[in-house]
Amino acid sequence: MEDTTVKLLGNKGSPYSHRAEVALRLKDVKFEFLHEDLAHKSDMLLRHNPIHKKVPVLVHGEKPIAESLIVIEYVDEAFEGYNILPSDPYERAMARFWARFIDDKVIPAFWMSCWTDGEIQKGFIAQSKETLTTLQRQLEGKKFFGGDSIGLVDLAGCMIAFWFAVLQEVAGINLLNEEDYPVLCRWAEDYCSVRAVSESLLDKNILVAFFASKKEKIFATKAPVYD
Amino acid sequence: MASEKGVTLLDFWVSPFGQRARIALAEKGVQYEYKEQNLVEKSDLLLKSNPVYKKIPVLIHDGKPVCESLVIVQYIDEVWSDKAPLLPSDPYQKAQARFWADYVDKKVFDCGTRLWKLKGEEQEAAKKEMIEILQLLEAQLGDNKYFGGDTFGYVDVAFIPFTSWFYTYETCGNFSIEAVAPKLVKWAKRCMERESVKTLYDPNKVYEFVCYLKKKFGVE
Repeated sequence: MEDTTVKLLGNKGSPYSHRAEVALRLKDVKFEFLHEDLAHKSDMLLRHNPIHKKVPVLVHGEKPIAESLIVIEYVDEAFEGYNILPSDPYERAMARFWARFIDDKVIPAFWMSCWTDGEIQKGFIAQSKETLTTLQRQLEGKKFFGGDSIGLVDLAGCMIAFWFAVLQEVAGINLLNEEDYPVLCRWAEDYCSVRAVSESLLDKNILVAFFASKKEKIFATKAPVYD
Repeated sequence: MASEKGVTLLDFWVSPFGQRARIALAEKGVQYEYKEQNLVEKSDLLLKSNPVYKKIPVLIHDGKPVCESLVIVQYIDEVWSDKAPLLPSDPYQKAQARFWADYVDKKVFDCGTRLWKLKGEEQEAAKKEMIEILQLLEAQLGDNKYFGGDTFGYVDVAFIPFTSWFYTYETCGNFSIEAVAPKLVKWAKRCMERESVKTLYDPNKVYEFVCYLKKKFGVE
């Protein structure tokens, strides 16, 4: 009989891994979470994602699926129930567009704002503000990017909803705040309150402590540091 | 713009990203209006249709704009689903196709740009990386007719436009793609037999364009 077990190779500290985990929870899929130590990656991870060697990797039976946004779409299509993407092709295109915007523009600008200084940092902060403003506009009149319930863009935005507050605390900047981004901050709270999300999130203090301990290394390399 | 019926594509002739959209539309037999864009003095229509990136391609369908080439190709595949399916119907096969198209997106254009823009050690590094990328893609193709298997599919659409840049990469990097990835070159020739792909620009014209860019950016 075909193996239909679902395993998620992930790490609770990673927003990308979180996206995949929430997708599975939204669909009520029974899965086994296999924690990956990102400083010492398992043979299983390297075997199932030889190209990028990253989390998350979803293993459905014998079939590995990598890249968080691709994993979300796979979960949406392979399992019944909750609709993570809209059914209308134009709305689906919009969702994919904004999910990519978060990955390609919002996250990199914010990340670099945290780990640079001087004039270079000012530049990234300006960029970051612009991307956050653009993104916030998409929430106008809606509870979530997905409408009444969370969808692809909300999942893509998880780093904004939870990790950004952690990073800016460690970095000592105040970019995403209620005064400047009231709608985005309200959305962040609502997103984190969704059960599938809160069940997947790590305690904030643990995350703050982790990034604080790596602060100097990250500042030097501008890249995530795991060891 | 709101209630204008029909399909328009805002594009720039040499753009491999724009060509993805053109190929997808041609595969589906969709009638559309092609509007060549001036990327130095961007039109109001382009700025209004893609305010976020101000880039081509932009597909405008019944007044509604869709941006980002792979988002456009998936949209075309879903709307005109009655003909020439580009993505497989099986969710796992679909995920694999998305993965490899994403890989092409993440790797080929950036590496290619470094290959023709840079000199010396940096260019050597870009060339080495490009060879690795091409060999990985070739391994993925295997002995299949197309990346989509027996049928021309999503990954083929995503990657084929870059093959008209092969001559540029080879000339600037001083290497032969046929020597390092012969199956890929055969695949490209196979694809060029398709009506939808014949619209790809002559590699010499692409090279001329890159030489013009090099002069413009002062790279020599």
